[in-house]
Amino acid sequence: MHDTAPDRRDLGRLTALMALMTGDEKHGPAATSTLDALWVLYDRVLRVTPETADSPERDRFLLSKGHGPMAYYAVLAAKGFIDEEVLAGFGSYDSPLGHHPDRMLVPGVEIGSGSLGHGLPLAVGTALGLRAQGLDTPRVWVLIGDAELDEGSNHEAIAFAGPAGLDRLHTLVIDNASATHGWPGGIATRFAAAGWSTASVDGRDPQALYSAFTAPHPGRPHAVVARVEPRTA
Amino acid sequence: MDTMRERFISSTTRLLAEDPRLALVLADISAEGFRPAARAHPDRVINVGIREQLMIGVGGGLALTGLRPVVHTFASFLLERPFEQVKLDFGHQGVGGVLVSVGASYDWPAGGFTHMAPGDVALLDTLDDWTVHVPGHPDEAEALLRRAAPGDDRVYVRLSLQSNEHGWPVDGARFLTVREGRSGVVVAVGPMMDHVMAATEGMDVTVLYATTVRPFDAAGVRRAVGHGPADVVVVEPYLAGTSTAAVNDALADVPHRVLGLGVARREIRRYGRMEEHLAAHGLDPAGLRGRIGRFLGAGASR
Repeated sequence: MHDTAPDRRDLGRLTALMALMTGDEKHGPAATSTLDALWVLYDRVLRVTPETADSPERDRFLLSKGHGPMAYYAVLAAKGFIDEEVLAGFGSYDSPLGHHPDRMLVPGVEIGSGSLGHGLPLAVGTALGLRAQGLDTPRVWVLIGDAELDEGSNHEAIAFAGPAGLDRLHTLVIDNASATHGWPGGIATRFAAAGWSTASVDGRDPQALYSAFTAPHPGRPHAVVARVEPRTA
Repeated sequence: MDTMRERFISSTTRLLAEDPRLALVLADISAEGFRPAARAHPDRVINVGIREQLMIGVGGGLALTGLRPVVHTFASFLLERPFEQVKLDFGHQGVGGVLVSVGASYDWPAGGFTHMAPGDVALLDTLDDWTVHVPGHPDEAEALLRRAAPGDDRVYVRLSLQSNEHGWPVDGARFLTVREGRSGVVVAVGPMMDHVMAATEGMDVTVLYATTVRPFDAAGVRRAVGHGPADVVVVEPYLAGTSTAAVNDALADVPHRVLGLGVARREIRRYGRMEEHLAAHGLDPAGLRGRIGRFLGAGASR
């Protein structure tokens, strides 16, 4: 069990890694909206390491919201999937690290993303593929944004995964209130209505995130809505 | 004789039993025909409901785990509606799959324009590295499906209710020379074969039969032209001119002429029967004969 102090030290190191990409020591809430949740996942929940990045038994993490991937790359560097040296080239012609990630270029990156609404359907297929091969251990995680949820493809996936009982599937929604028309009635209700297990937590609270990430949800897929500072705040 | 669609269902049902790596993704279309397969392999026959974006995404996700997805619905809903999913969830992710369509350009004319997809092959031409099979007979459809099933590549199989009287041996790559002549080359694609043979009866032309159009058998076309006039007609059961650029590239080093015949871009807003649509687009034997004869000139007539 972690207390919050080590998490804060970790986050300091991660923002220093992000500075290698942005050249900026200070990052606004938008750039770090995914940072706390990503760190808790990679540090304490996901069973994947650089050594097991190609193992059929690994947990899969799919970053669907590919925009603003600096926090993701920082976490991958901190965990040894990529060298810290490549961070400085972020977005340049010879760099594997684009402003949207490409799975064909970066070890440990499960999908290429950038166009919104692709990760959750791919995650559903990944969960089905693992199930069909009798690989019962690996869990599948996908990170989407609250504005990304506008894309209808997500709702096709949400409506299917609940009745299909895809209990190895986990969706993390980073909610920085950036959806143009909002989500009256809440984001979690969209998942709950389709039969998902849900939890809504403070996206800056590592312990609350960890509890939500590890809550049991037998027979049902699980959605965690992590609220962070509104983008426009 | 069964239809290509019925053959797709029976042969894929057998392939699912033979190959544990194969998985089928449906969006309600043909789900009834695959009911026995779904009972036998509940984890590998997946019907996502009427959700075509999800259908393609699920295909890509299955492939990411190492399975070989076969994804199937009407051509309009398989390629056109979720086109960006086809582009990104297969190509950009670096994975493969077998997309199998029914409906073609006007298999169900009474259903109207919403169920017509004459632009499917041209649309796929904007993407890299897709093999495109256009069988003209159920036997060919089965042979091409069996060839596609074990691979890791990206394959599109375009099935149609329009079918030739008998099947030809197909190898999934090359065009077949079925008639030789001296006054030009006519390439007949898949279901257009019987009409092309009837239309060119008595003409002194070479006829090639094409069931795999991407990659395009450029060497076969060059060989067929030989030392004769480099005048080539392509007769395709989808958008006219879809393969004109491919013929042009094949003959880039010699002066040549190309005529691309196929389905017109114009929406004709008619229902009716397939024969009526073939005639409307000039793809019946009489319409083809007139246009091929005028293009190749007097020399074509023996």
